[in-house]
Amino acid sequence: MSEVKGVLVIGEVSDGKLLGVTRELLGIGRKLADTLGEHLSAAILGAQLGDLGKELVAYGADKAYLVQDPLLAQENADAYVAAAEKVVRQVQPNVLLLGQTVLGRDISPRLATRLGTALAPDCVELAIDPATKLLHMTRPVYGGNARAIYVCEKARPQMATVRPKAFSVLERNDARAGEVVQLAAGLDPAQVRVKVLDRQKKASEGLRLEDARVVVTGGRGMGGPENFKYLDELAKTLKGAVGASRAVCDAGWVSPSLQIGLTGKVVTPDLYITVGISGASQHMAGCSGSKVIVAINKDPDANIFKEARYGVVGDWKQVLPALTEKVKELVQG
Amino acid sequence: MHIIVCVKQVPDPEAPFANFKIDSATNKVIPPQGVSPVINGFDEQAVEAALRIKDSQAGVKITVISVGNDLVMDVIKKPLSMGADELVLVQDPAIENGDSHTTGAVLAAAIKKVGAFDLVLCGRQASDWDQGQVPLVLAELLSIPVVTIAKKVEMAGAAVKVERVVVDGFETVQAPLPALVTISNELGEARYPTLRGIMAAGRKKPTVWSAKDLGLESGQVSQNANRGRMLKVFVPEKRSKCEVISADSPAEAGVKLAARLREDKVI
Ligand SMILES: Cc1cc2nc3c(=O)[nH]c(=O)nc-3n(C[C@H](O)[C@H](O)[C@H](O)COP(=O)(O)OP(=O)(O)OC[C@H]3O[C@@H](n4cnc5c(N)ncnc54)[C@H](O)[C@@H]3O)c2cc1C
Repeated sequence: MSEVKGVLVIGEVSDGKLLGVTRELLGIGRKLADTLGEHLSAAILGAQLGDLGKELVAYGADKAYLVQDPLLAQENADAYVAAAEKVVRQVQPNVLLLGQTVLGRDISPRLATRLGTALAPDCVELAIDPATKLLHMTRPVYGGNARAIYVCEKARPQMATVRPKAFSVLERNDARAGEVVQLAAGLDPAQVRVKVLDRQKKASEGLRLEDARVVVTGGRGMGGPENFKYLDELAKTLKGAVGASRAVCDAGWVSPSLQIGLTGKVVTPDLYITVGISGASQHMAGCSGSKVIVAINKDPDANIFKEARYGVVGDWKQVLPALTEKVKELVQG
Repeated sequence: MHIIVCVKQVPDPEAPFANFKIDSATNKVIPPQGVSPVINGFDEQAVEAALRIKDSQAGVKITVISVGNDLVMDVIKKPLSMGADELVLVQDPAIENGDSHTTGAVLAAAIKKVGAFDLVLCGRQASDWDQGQVPLVLAELLSIPVVTIAKKVEMAGAAVKVERVVVDGFETVQAPLPALVTISNELGEARYPTLRGIMAAGRKKPTVWSAKDLGLESGQVSQNANRGRMLKVFVPEKRSKCEVISADSPAEAGVKLAARLREDKVI
């Protein structure tokens, strides 16, 4: 444990680009490394990573590790956990950070088990305690109703995954100095036990929910799938995207890929308009970082009114068409 | 074919959290009096996934395992009343406050004691601590392949075929048996227990094991638990700042809302 040092971020690449959460990891990783007076390294795994090492440096890393292997071409937890373990054993970090993504959720607990350490998943705050120099890892619990702070005293690395959009990104600086090194993953095909047979990805129609600056979200109060067209119309007027609560996805009204919340997507738009949503903590986990939340709900006691900036108490069937008409007039006129 | 399903008893996540108390001396969340705990929702769906396999082929046995103290018998027996065959409970003060690694290690030991198995099913995460770690730790400790966030699980000879939810879509994967699969809400609703099921479950006696029965020394268990430590649990302060737009009619409120958003340069 004596030689462990530094902060290591394991990032993710999708369609040849760093994920947003990877840049956020570099932002918080830089802060923690500076507080500790240690260095920040970052690793990305894939089949062909091109120039992305430089980008890791531009967003804050002192040293970038590119782990390239044909077995990493597809997102596969078996291959990724083996490659990640290799990097961590080589770098021997004091602090290890990953993103709370589909892949991050899959590989982090396995990695922690292999490394003999503890993991605090889905953190929204990370800070170095000035007295002990230990990493304090804060994460929402009980569906977001409470928060808990964890430490890892004995084992190393101190390990956390971070919730997307919970941390800010450093401004890209292509002049930053840093080293980019290649690291062989040395993967053995026998390590990959789970085989992907087929992928059915929806080509995202237009704007991705996570990138939209305006999100209009419908809940069970919408009454049925046929009413989502009213949300589409408002979203289109504001150049935004439509989201949904889990209740709506479970009912099969819309695709599960629209689910926002603890077990769905995390969005932080400038404007988040909820219609017929009660504002359960598990839903708010996916949208509470939005700049402005608007609530339309017929129940004045609904929790959403504790979370929203603006609210209308009323039946959406009357409120929404009038709102949309006026918005059209204002933004187009 | 032997399927093992791991289930956890949790405080009802639908109960208003305002009624929960946090004991800051012990760092415990105290569920409201009089509200019955439930089986974690995703775990109930894992039982459902196992039952669907049992429905589709002959010779399937389902053993449910739960680790925890303070279990309420009527609650924890629900999987039996839904149609599972056996129930194993691991109860021991030594596992109180155990972290994910402790629970994983206890489950791994219990599963080894239960004997040969083909498939382990777990819920994707528990609705109290929301960690989603135990199934993955367990798979590592059992050295078996793991597939997460399943919406459909089917047997395919010596393998399990799983449809899982990924960003913006689904993928179909296959893992050789024995394997572990975690179930997500996209699987669909769990069945209700039938009256006959409830009666049958009432007559069944669960097998109860302590840590020692599993060959785990209590010291060993608590040492494991000390890998990570919770310093504090608290309810973050929230200031309500909602401006409720009032008007003579809901439609008028809608119009006023648009105007207000414009005025504040939100749109
Ligand atoms: C472990 C776990 C994870 C979860 N993860 C998520 C998640 O990721 N995302 C998520 O969203 N949920 C999640 N949930 C579920 C969550 O707890 C809530 O059950 C869910 O968010 C409720 O959805 P809703 O607001 O659409 O429905 P409801 O709670 O049923 O609310 C409907 C609202 O619509 C209002 N309404 C009805 N009719 C009208 C009308 N005509 N006009 C205006 N208002 C009307 C009602 O007053 C009510 O407030 C999770 C739960 C658990 C236990």
